Amino acid sequence: MLSRVANSLYWMARYIERADNIARIVDANLQLLMESRRVGPEESGAHWAPVVESTGDEEAFAAVHALATGTSVTDFLIFDVRNGNSLVSSVNQARENARMVRDQVPGEMWEELNRLYLYVRSAEAASIWEDNPFAFLQQIRSSALTLLGISYASTPHNEGWHFLQAGKFLERADKTTRMLDLRHASLPRTGMPGPISQADALGWAAILRSCSAWDAYKAIHGSAVHPRWVAEYLLLSDEFPRSLKFCVERLDASLRAVSGVAARRFSNDAEKFSGRLLAELQFGTIEEVFQTGLHDYIDQIQTRLNQIGDELFRAYIFQPFVNLEDEIMVQQEFQQQQ
Amino acid sequence: MLQGYDPKGFYDEMFAADSQPRRHYSKFRQLFDDIAPTDFGQRCDEVDLAFLRQGVTFNVYGDSKGTERIFPFDLVPRVIPNSEWELLERGLIQRITALNLFLHDIYHEQKIVKDGVIPPYYILSARHFRREFVNFQVPRDIYIHICGTDLIRGADGQWMVLEDNGRTPSGVSYVLENRQALKRTFPTMFEEIGVRPVDHYPQELLKTLQHVAPAKAVDPTVVLLTPGPHNSAYFEHTYLARQMGIQIVEGRDLIVRDARVFMRTTKGLQPVHVIYRRIDDDFLDPTVFRRDSALGVPGLISAYRAGNVSLANSVGTGLADDKVMYYFVPRMIKYYLDQDPIIPNVPTFLASEDSDRKYMLENLDKLVVKAANESGGYGMLMGPRACAEERAKFHAAIQADPRNYIGQPMISLSTHPTHVGDGAFEGRHVDLRPFILYGEKTVIVPGGLTRVALTKGSLVVNSSQGGGSKDTWVLFGDE
Repeated sequence: MLSRVANSLYWMARYIERADNIARIVDANLQLLMESRRVGPEESGAHWAPVVESTGDEEAFAAVHALATGTSVTDFLIFDVRNGNSLVSSVNQARENARMVRDQVPGEMWEELNRLYLYVRSAEAASIWEDNPFAFLQQIRSSALTLLGISYASTPHNEGWHFLQAGKFLERADKTTRMLDLRHASLPRTGMPGPISQADALGWAAILRSCSAWDAYKAIHGSAVHPRWVAEYLLLSDEFPRSLKFCVERLDASLRAVSGVAARRFSNDAEKFSGRLLAELQFGTIEEVFQTGLHDYIDQIQTRLNQIGDELFRAYIFQPFVNLEDEIMVQQEFQQQQ
Repeated sequence: MLQGYDPKGFYDEMFAADSQPRRHYSKFRQLFDDIAPTDFGQRCDEVDLAFLRQGVTFNVYGDSKGTERIFPFDLVPRVIPNSEWELLERGLIQRITALNLFLHDIYHEQKIVKDGVIPPYYILSARHFRREFVNFQVPRDIYIHICGTDLIRGADGQWMVLEDNGRTPSGVSYVLENRQALKRTFPTMFEEIGVRPVDHYPQELLKTLQHVAPAKAVDPTVVLLTPGPHNSAYFEHTYLARQMGIQIVEGRDLIVRDARVFMRTTKGLQPVHVIYRRIDDDFLDPTVFRRDSALGVPGLISAYRAGNVSLANSVGTGLADDKVMYYFVPRMIKYYLDQDPIIPNVPTFLASEDSDRKYMLENLDKLVVKAANESGGYGMLMGPRACAEERAKFHAAIQADPRNYIGQPMISLSTHPTHVGDGAFEGRHVDLRPFILYGEKTVIVPGGLTRVALTKGSLVVNSSQGGGSKDTWVLFGDE
């Protein structure tokens, strides 16, 4: 498979996952606000500022908005194309990457992605958003699910598919940890958190909802929400498909499927780092996480996920592109030797 | 639905002068009349939406927003009876054979020049004549592997060749997509009327490309080289690559080492043997042609010269696209094949010839003037419709650079009933671009791309200038 194509597939999957996660996070936070009793400008700011922080784009946000309010944050996260990670930007990027490798993308997938692209740009979408934001977000999430379904159920699980998987799970692992980090301000810096207020419990429940984990969590822990259990579930669950461990496991498996290297060995640094992270997740406990402090732990994890992404790029996608001028010289020398 | 259709004195494809449908349209006409106008409108909308959703689009140059447009598609098909098609097919095969012999001759012995059939001046001054490739042996002596020849029909219904596109003709993906769309729109008609299929084009194209693979390549790898997603025909490039099951590559995906071409893959460098290139000569290799080209591959030409990679079409075929060479094609046919052209040229004046130039300059208001090396409907004067200022501009340009201009009488192209909205149909001018594959044998999928000038009265069918397209049905029989 062409390196350039692998790169485009990888980024297409990442951006689809990103768009989906933005829809989730906005959805859960809008719902949360509906449940709180009074929402003045201060509460609103206190609520939305961490949402922006969790995306890591607080600087870009500060450049265009003075205040974090429901309107400014949701607009920034969803429609603002000045924000390269907004939902609309992500859909544009996913579609642009798909377009670059149009021949490698299954027809159904391209059509759905193109439909989503046309939808988020349409006047219809904007008016649905005004009238009923949940309906709008639901559209985005269904479309993302359709895309996942197509890639899973009707395309060959070949090398290209594993690049899609790698992109998807790396992005999802990153986003799950970011969502989990949303309420770190309410936790002690290190050590196990104590009992929490009812308002905080609602906040942690919103995090679970953002990750579609609410029902699954309840099946295990009932409706008692505590950061310890939430963090354990979202970081270390074996079974839940958005947990960090689950994502890293799949990421690692796809990297090995591409190279054909066995699980306990590695042939490049992407595999080395993903294998190492996976081992730590497999043999780590939530007590250790809180000893480090949830926020610091998540920070480290994000750095390590980025590292895996960089090494993946270096191993398969980074093309030793020679500078065009230099290459012209190389070729001319070769031609003169003839 | 076609009640009251008026051909307005033009040669109409569907209706004879007495307003009766021509024999080969009679079945279609009957079936088409059964469709209710509202139903038809709905089907039009569905097709447009399907094209937009599938991204069957082209990019518009000079549009800063990078807008993609669908190539407008008219649902009323153009029908050609089989016997007429067979005649056209013979004429096109005759023409491509002569053109390939001509190119081989010009890049080798140049007998046609020595025998005084074509003045040497015209060859030497041709912009796309690649003298670096004189005496270069192209694989199997084929220069033009894929040709798109534009055919028109004048006021008397006579088919004529308007131009040959022997470099990188585009449009064939629309032939295939239009057919798919029409099959969905009129599912029952095809069987009842008997329409010859076109979907084997990609396989035939692949065979044509494999035919010229270097002999030493045991299991040759064929790729399609595209300028990239910003090219107006990018959709077509991806479409054809997917249909043929080959890789689509950009210049930066390829690298030349030891005069061999490789593509960069996730598993390292892999050899490439045949390149269906959709990039013009000028951009192929910055060490040989335009140095500022970032689209090409440094060293590609040395690999080509070493016989390690084949290019389709070959380098230097632009010579045959020169509108001045077009003038000489009937002579080539006579010279190389000792035959008369089956499909004639449009009468043409060469501004370099004194008497022709005099006539052209005096009759600019009656002629269409074309620049010899432009395409896409650019660099053209429609004399009878132009304002005095435009004519003056061409008057000066012809005198300044006569080699670069030809003149032709304005042909009132045949018309075809075309949906103009709200269930109304009017005549719009059409042409036909069949795609000819010249490999082990010469293959032309029946029909080709019928382009239609959607603007009322317009004679310009190019997609960049408000043209659309129709499906083209070659019948199994004559009615």
